[in-house]
Amino acid sequence: MSDTTQDGQVLTTQDGRPLKAALGRALFREKLRAFLLVAPLLIFILITFVAPIIDMLHRSVENSIVEETLPKTVVALQEWDSGSGDVPDEVVFAALYDDMVIAVDEKTHTRLGSRLNYEQSGISSLFRKTGRRIKRMDEGEPLKDQFLAADKKWGDVTTWQVLKQFSPSYTGGYFLNAFDAKLGPEGVELKPADERIYLFLFGRTLFLSTVITLSCLLLGYPIAFLLAALPLRTSNLLMILVLLPFWTSLLVRTSAWKVLLQQQGVINDFLVWINLISDSGRLVMINNQTGTIIAMTHILLPFMILPLYSVMKTISPTYVRAAKSLGANDWTAFWRVYFPQSVPGIGAGAVLVFILSIGYYITPELVGGTSGIFISNRIAYHISSSLNWGLAAALGTLLLVAVLVLFVVYDKIVGIDNVKLG
Amino acid sequence: MANNRGAAVKYDSVQKSYDGESLVVKNLNLDIPPGEFLTMLGPSGSGKTTCLMMLAGFEPATHGEIYLNDRPINNVQPHKRGIGMVFQNYALFPHMTVAENLAFPLQVRNVGKAEQAEKVQHALDMVELGAFGNRRPAQLSGGQQQRVAVARALVFDPELVLMDEPLGALDKQLREQMQYEIKHIHENLGVTVVYVTHDQTEALTMSDRVAVFNDGVIQQLSTPDDLYEDPQNSFVAQFIGENNKLNGKVVGVDGEECLVELDDGTQLKADKVNVSAIGDMTTLSLRPERVEFDTNDTMDNLVNGRIEELIYLGDHIRVRMNVAGNDEFIVKVRNRGEKRKLHVGETVQVGWAMNDCKALDAVA
Repeated sequence: MSDTTQDGQVLTTQDGRPLKAALGRALFREKLRAFLLVAPLLIFILITFVAPIIDMLHRSVENSIVEETLPKTVVALQEWDSGSGDVPDEVVFAALYDDMVIAVDEKTHTRLGSRLNYEQSGISSLFRKTGRRIKRMDEGEPLKDQFLAADKKWGDVTTWQVLKQFSPSYTGGYFLNAFDAKLGPEGVELKPADERIYLFLFGRTLFLSTVITLSCLLLGYPIAFLLAALPLRTSNLLMILVLLPFWTSLLVRTSAWKVLLQQQGVINDFLVWINLISDSGRLVMINNQTGTIIAMTHILLPFMILPLYSVMKTISPTYVRAAKSLGANDWTAFWRVYFPQSVPGIGAGAVLVFILSIGYYITPELVGGTSGIFISNRIAYHISSSLNWGLAAALGTLLLVAVLVLFVVYDKIVGIDNVKLG
Repeated sequence: MANNRGAAVKYDSVQKSYDGESLVVKNLNLDIPPGEFLTMLGPSGSGKTTCLMMLAGFEPATHGEIYLNDRPINNVQPHKRGIGMVFQNYALFPHMTVAENLAFPLQVRNVGKAEQAEKVQHALDMVELGAFGNRRPAQLSGGQQQRVAVARALVFDPELVLMDEPLGALDKQLREQMQYEIKHIHENLGVTVVYVTHDQTEALTMSDRVAVFNDGVIQQLSTPDDLYEDPQNSFVAQFIGENNKLNGKVVGVDGEECLVELDDGTQLKADKVNVSAIGDMTTLSLRPERVEFDTNDTMDNLVNGRIEELIYLGDHIRVRMNVAGNDEFIVKVRNRGEKRKLHVGETVQVGWAMNDCKALDAVA
């Protein structure tokens, strides 16, 4: 080593190069090696996880379709005052005619129609109808009248209001929709009560996830406690039983619940047979919230038991013995000494189960009926059936934000360093 | 004892089996008077910890009865026995501060808040950790944790304190220091202490009496000096301190003395401890520091031996010799500075008194 000084001078190696640079060079190969080892996974995650999330965030606000399909109209509409209550003048209709001719040529007008239909029903058919008529229109005649003749909705102010409102290439409309809100004349307002659905669904998702997490905890804690207390050989056997569900297809397990829980199913038959309920009073346990809670608790239980077990395994039995020798009875020893030490496991298990259940899709879809479905089922609907990907993306983003917020809240209350998986 | 407030403990023909096939503790009878510091000493698997756990109430006795102050406690729950206990790894509650740990036994006894605080502080002062009440156990060193564990076991004024190898996790120096501290605390408080260890130095340093366990049986129960000076059998002689073994056969008995002929024909006089009649096989036990190089004719036993190895240890010199065919014969010579010259390969005469040589049961 060179003579090193403590008074702020740069330390150097024997040949006078800065020590830090020399160290950096020496460690570079190691760092490169480490990076190359994680690179495949990193790239995989970037492509399959980060990129889709960014795309989703983008889709939830992206709205360039109006500007791309009707460029001239969008420019012309800038002059128009949407609060005036009058339909735009001839100039705007002329621009609309030019845009529509091109759009019909390229067959993009129907896509725009379906996009705007999410905001105002009826616009889809308006664009189809106009698209069919556009070739018969005469450029020389006043175009406004010809459009009105093609479909009188062109004379409706709200049609134009919607068109103007969604002409910018970015919009908050999907998010407003996801909050059951819309942009009315006086700014943001909630939709009429009979059209609200998403806030309610979010609420139900959170509520059911909480119930499922709690029931997983209630059922899982004693099992994990037993597993941790038993000798290794016995606990390994029991652990296999706990993990058994993992080795069975999710679909099979969920279908099995259908067999068990339905009104002509095993449980109801048994209850009728022992005369606990009458044949006419069979319990409704599936295709509702009860079905969702039972099936999902069963499926997510291992995710609660495993972190609990691994934390409890590290709690030495001498703590409880010590507590008893100090005069605590069984309950006090458990509650004051054992339980606080198992809290990190509860935290880890609860976060895991809650986050998994908040985005669960298959099980609620199969056994949830209408009253037991989650927000994720609605997202899936918008992706595969209604094709409103923007709204699906906005709902997904909200779900993501909700999870992050809960995570922060959890960190504030319990502390994230209090979460242990083992 | 300054102020004797300890409890009396009595094991009455206690047996313990875990599997129903073998006994871990075989017929234990033990009386511990109030205020005594009794150590259960033995190798691992000798049943000493099991005995302690039965007393604490964590293991039920398979047979027999344990009495605490003449009250049978076999059916008393551990938390109702009022016995303080210090565990091997301290078992301080990691989620509580030191003060909370100490307050725990008082809280479960519904002691008033003010009295709690006073007792906790008093106990902390006793182990010289008065300023550490707000720390977490993880923020303390091993020795400090150990003291907290001792303070916690004493804070509720138990009459009996059990310690299960409490110093096992400490380094040598700290262990010695803690031995004295625990001994002094015991002397000041006058509680009965039952201490379990496999470290014979610890047992000799601290105890009033030591019970040497092996194979589920108390091999010997006596004061530390008796244990060292008068081992009752070969196991105790081997286990406590260093020991030379000489195997032979009894050829003559005269009251408390006996004459033993070694395998090579050498005849030695020895204390008759664990042999009964002529013809018995025996193992002679002899402490290395009792063997003298400065022999004279008044000594009971005089033998020639060859010096095999010299090890210089500062305060004394260890001499490994071949005596009567046994080349593991160790002699400790005090380093007195006059530089008695010993050389490897030399054959010299060594001698010792009859009383220092014990004829015990034969070991292979």
